Amino acid sequence: MSNNALIKEFESIVGADNVMTSETDRHTYSYDAAVLDSVMPAMVVRPTTSEQLGKAVKVCNDNGLPLTVRGAGTNLSGGTIPHPGGVVVLTNGLNRILEINEEDMYAVVEPGVVTARFAAEVAKRGLFYPPDPGSQTVSTIGGNVAENAGGLRGLKYGVTKDYVMGVDFWDVEGELIHSGSRTVKCVTGYNLAGLMVASEGTLGVFDKVILKLIPPVKAAKSMMAIFPSVKAASETVAAIISSKIVPATLELMDNFTIRTVENFRKAGLPTEAAALLLIEVDGHPAEVEEDAARVEEICRQNKADEVKVANDAAERDAVWQARRDALPALAKLKPTCVLEDATVPRSKIPAMIEVLEEVSNKYNLTIGTFGHAGDGNLHPTILTDKRDEKEWERVEEAVDMIFERALALGGTLSGEHGIGLAKSKFMINETSAGTLAYARRMKSVLDPKGILNPGKIIG
Amino acid sequence: MADIHKLANMLKELDDQLVNCMRCGMCQAVCPLFARTGKESDVTRGKLALLDGLASEILSDPEGVNEKLNRCLLCGTCAANCPSGVQILDIFLKARAIMTGYFGLSPVKKAIFRGMLANPKLFNFLLDFGSKFQGIFTRKVDDMLGSSCARFQAPVIGDRHFKALADKPLHKIIPEMNSAAGRSGVKVAFFVGCVVDKIFPNVGEASLDVLKHHGVGVFMPAGQACCGIPTISSGDTKTFDNLIEQNLALFEKGEYDYLVTACASCTSTIKELWPNMYQGDAANRMKLRSIADKTMDISQFLVDVIGVEASEGGGRTVTYHDPCHLKNALGVTAQPRTIIKASSGCEFKEMAEAGTCCGCGGSFNIAHYELSKQIGDRKAGNIIDSGVSTVATSCPACMLQITDMLSQKKAGVRVKHVMELYAEGLRQPDVS
Repeated sequence: MSNNALIKEFESIVGADNVMTSETDRHTYSYDAAVLDSVMPAMVVRPTTSEQLGKAVKVCNDNGLPLTVRGAGTNLSGGTIPHPGGVVVLTNGLNRILEINEEDMYAVVEPGVVTARFAAEVAKRGLFYPPDPGSQTVSTIGGNVAENAGGLRGLKYGVTKDYVMGVDFWDVEGELIHSGSRTVKCVTGYNLAGLMVASEGTLGVFDKVILKLIPPVKAAKSMMAIFPSVKAASETVAAIISSKIVPATLELMDNFTIRTVENFRKAGLPTEAAALLLIEVDGHPAEVEEDAARVEEICRQNKADEVKVANDAAERDAVWQARRDALPALAKLKPTCVLEDATVPRSKIPAMIEVLEEVSNKYNLTIGTFGHAGDGNLHPTILTDKRDEKEWERVEEAVDMIFERALALGGTLSGEHGIGLAKSKFMINETSAGTLAYARRMKSVLDPKGILNPGKIIG
Repeated sequence: MADIHKLANMLKELDDQLVNCMRCGMCQAVCPLFARTGKESDVTRGKLALLDGLASEILSDPEGVNEKLNRCLLCGTCAANCPSGVQILDIFLKARAIMTGYFGLSPVKKAIFRGMLANPKLFNFLLDFGSKFQGIFTRKVDDMLGSSCARFQAPVIGDRHFKALADKPLHKIIPEMNSAAGRSGVKVAFFVGCVVDKIFPNVGEASLDVLKHHGVGVFMPAGQACCGIPTISSGDTKTFDNLIEQNLALFEKGEYDYLVTACASCTSTIKELWPNMYQGDAANRMKLRSIADKTMDISQFLVDVIGVEASEGGGRTVTYHDPCHLKNALGVTAQPRTIIKASSGCEFKEMAEAGTCCGCGGSFNIAHYELSKQIGDRKAGNIIDSGVSTVATSCPACMLQITDMLSQKKAGVRVKHVMELYAEGLRQPDVS
């Protein structure tokens, strides 16, 4: 089909207002939040019903058009950067919460529902949806499932995959495939819903997602522990975990990040401290008191200079404001901010911290480190200016070294940001030639023309 | 028309600021326009990417980019919430100036800005004239709100319920003032602003009454020009500089401790844009910086300097709409609420989304009325849902928009400036 005929075809499916072809419109869907070059799509299509979505997928396949699904475009690994000449399918017209079932504690949503809006609706019904990725105020559930997004609560509550009960998706032929169920237990057939999680739009196009909900937390207590060395802080993390306490959140900030945040907010953070741990325990009130006391004791045993327990909502908020400020404060220092998420088994956090120091010294780069220490998912943040070519080369080498060392420690390339375009070349290092070949064989059968988000994950 | 390569080079000046956008997309959460359309080109990240694309010559359609660039309320909510602290308004205003330099100013804007606005005497004369004859073309639709609509199909007016020009503008009621500081020991310069002068002179009178009540001396020179916000928003730096120079000549003659206005847009323009966007000579820039440092919103002045405090509530229920130019640009949110709470006969009640833009956006309302109305509808809905009898704000431009929205909905809610409420309270005989 000619380009004009294709435009007409898409317009007949989704309406003329929902097909964008101008250079300016296409350019605004050529990038995401990853530090990668933009790629111009041929057109942008915005379905507003499930049926339109299915038809649009089929037209793409019939015409061999590369298709990239896009929610809010907050992806940090290039998963929403389109293929040259491809079609971007927007999901923000598919943003209905179809059902919140309080009795059976699940919800059914369309892929374009914004995470924070969903979590708020669930909270209104007296239930809890825990995954809280950093971009939750704009990110979509479809994107969260496609990337298996994490967040601050991963340590105790798990990540998006732990809440996906089922996914309905369109295959390339325009067939609606059902997977999973509304029941707690389900062993009916292959776990295709599980396959869709973290598939980054390469295996099917999400139509609906069934999500698990849980009862809300009864009580919580937050505290900030101040350490004279990063080593002491990271050993404390290991000590808390090995004492069989699972805090809801266990976050670390290094000295560079502390100073940057303090400079930004002036909230009275200890700028002399080598590291901070921000900890929240939650659960039944009695359990919370007991766990908090034990965590405080462990911090002190592990050389914490001071442990400040939040006594009211304002103090609790101050603790978490410091953590929320980490990325914005660091991002203001330099034009480009490379946020990594290589993850190690949590007992290896002390070793990983040493690696990051080594990388920073070897490549003469500014790295602020903060992140989800409790689940081994640190966010070393390299501050640079991508226009400085020499420094940018060193950044790329530094990233290679971080990956290599994380893998050597038994870790993984990505804890929660996805592989996308950015990390696909490293896949072989973590998996094997056989694993990649298996994945590619599977993809070639499910998507024979290779239209679904080509180039992502498996190259 | 200059060639596109030259335009790209001009836009490269913005590179150091553009590069700070890390494309995180968090602006999607707060942009009132994006909330309505869901289009990336309507949100800041998209617009910055378009400017970057034009500067790096990836894009070849400057008209397309310019059109998207102008679809923006300049409300600054994105800037106030940007994790990377990108100087968004600065970039947008500079980009609009570059685009206007490239495309030229539209004939209509040229006639209005350079023919009329830049000449305050002529501007006043024409509008005084207009105020006498506007009844021929318009009729009143809501007595309580004082709104009017077109008598017949008229361009620009469309379906609007607008506030007509006042019978007598402020400059006819009180041409000028220069009173000494009273018991407060403080003297202020009062910058009137076009909308207060020509449509809401009662807001100006109320402000002057309040200042007098608190023993504050007032310097209000005659012949004040527009603050320049409509011109700089349209990229007309020439008229902007001209207007600033006229105002500077008037205001440098007086001696005062603070400069106050009752208009959020004028306040933020004087405070932020006069020193930063004026391109004339360096000596003037120094003077503008010193005026900017002394400039305050009138509620902020009354609370922070004079020490007005909230009192016991009771009486009619009043909610408050945060003008973007106070909340986002200057971070002023508490003081106007304190003034309402200090106003005799007012019971303050917070509404949902008080800090969300009303959708006016100055000339955005003229160019994109349908979008402006959709955003305003939501504001009107929140006002009505709060169940109050009066909505107050600190910006006459927001008052125009909110009046239009409430009048069309026949909501029966009054629209008042915070200073009107406070002055009305002072005028009551039982209040000292």
